[in-house]
Amino acid sequence: MRTYRDEAVVLRTHDLGEADRILTMLTREHGLVRAVAKGVRRTSSKFGGRLEPFGVIDVQLYSGRNLDVVTQVDTLAPHGRSIMADYGLYTTATAMVETAARLTDVEHEPATQQYLLLAGALRALADRRHASTLVLDSYLLRALAVAGWAPTFASCARCGQDGPHRAFSAPMGGALCTDCRPPGAAAPAPETFLLLGALLAGDWSVADGSDERHRRESSGLVSVYLQWHMERQLRSLRHVVRA
Amino acid sequence: MSTAYEGAVADLIAELGQLPGVGPKGAQRIAFHVLASDTADVARLAEALIQVKARVRFCVVCGNVAEAEKCRICVDERRNDTQICVVEEPRDVVAIERTREFRGRYHVLGGAINPINGIGPDELRIRELMTRLADGTVTEVIIATDPNVEGEATASYLSRLLGSMGLAVTRLASGLPVGGDLEYADEITLGRAFEGRVTMRA
Ligand SMILES: [Zn+2]
Ligand SMILES: [Zn+2]
Repeated sequence: MRTYRDEAVVLRTHDLGEADRILTMLTREHGLVRAVAKGVRRTSSKFGGRLEPFGVIDVQLYSGRNLDVVTQVDTLAPHGRSIMADYGLYTTATAMVETAARLTDVEHEPATQQYLLLAGALRALADRRHASTLVLDSYLLRALAVAGWAPTFASCARCGQDGPHRAFSAPMGGALCTDCRPPGAAAPAPETFLLLGALLAGDWSVADGSDERHRRESSGLVSVYLQWHMERQLRSLRHVVRA
Repeated sequence: MSTAYEGAVADLIAELGQLPGVGPKGAQRIAFHVLASDTADVARLAEALIQVKARVRFCVVCGNVAEAEKCRICVDERRNDTQICVVEEPRDVVAIERTREFRGRYHVLGGAINPINGIGPDELRIRELMTRLADGTVTEVIIATDPNVEGEATASYLSRLLGSMGLAVTRLASGLPVGGDLEYADEITLGRAFEGRVTMRA
């Protein structure tokens, strides 16, 4: 039987049978992995608490016939506890892990960049380093960029003309010049474009200094952009309590 | 799995396989047990399944299972009206009743907040809880959701919501193993968790 070991973020869990749980994990080297953890819902289980969503674990698995099986777990970062104690952080983290699962939906196909991005975003969230709405929008933009759907916020998405521009269209890929803008394109504030660019680049000094109004406008555009690239609606996004 | 069998046996295996805690092998085992049983025994089982759907409903007050409009606990006049214990499922009421630690009332949410499954606060019986708290009789709300992520997140949502209402909001003590199901906690552990419950900060 093939055994392997990897680092992983637990994305979600489902109960299976009487006491088992199925985990969906994003691993560093093996991409998305679904595995069964046996007996973890019993109160006597040694590692039940280590297999909760949002945590980073060091996990050992063997390849079973249908599902891989968890044989050993150690906690690397127990983000789950601090995230779930704050409802706003919980809903934010949920939208992140749902996005990660969607963007890496082929099991065992390595997605190391997606893994590092998600682990970093969850850490920033758990540490309360920045406003959670900024952490979420930055994560979503960067995860989409890694998936090959990077939006543009400075130059025109269609003709490449240097910005700043005044129009935005999700189907066309971001900012648009006056010649390229389709009828009905959004017209965000210049500060919002600046904020979106900072979130995509990870420029936190600009992002942290932004004001409420532009954060709200950015979030709206990011979620439109995200939904445009997803086949199905992201279920958790409408439940996010922004802070 | 069920493709190996035909007709009625395959149908039964498929139906049993939908039940919680029953995998394909278990479904097969139960199906052949039913086949080997007396016709009268099978008829009793079938009748019990039909009756439970026909007779049992959910209490209009607390959401627990009931055979009348209100459940046994809601009609019991000896229970303490100032405390409400909030749980996810009717089976949690049974688990807590076994401890004999609690003499107040219950409120069954019908699950826990789980955004990826499309379950937000509006999909649970939270509005009904707020209605019950409105007249000021209740002075303590004990949150006894499961000690897993969804249960904890539901607890933090409720403590935020109830924090401004001027009542005590408590959570079962953390002696309960993290990641477990409330229904699996033994009576002593659960009883102790009740006694040692802690105040939640909104
Ligand atoms: Zn252009
Ligand atoms: Zn009742």
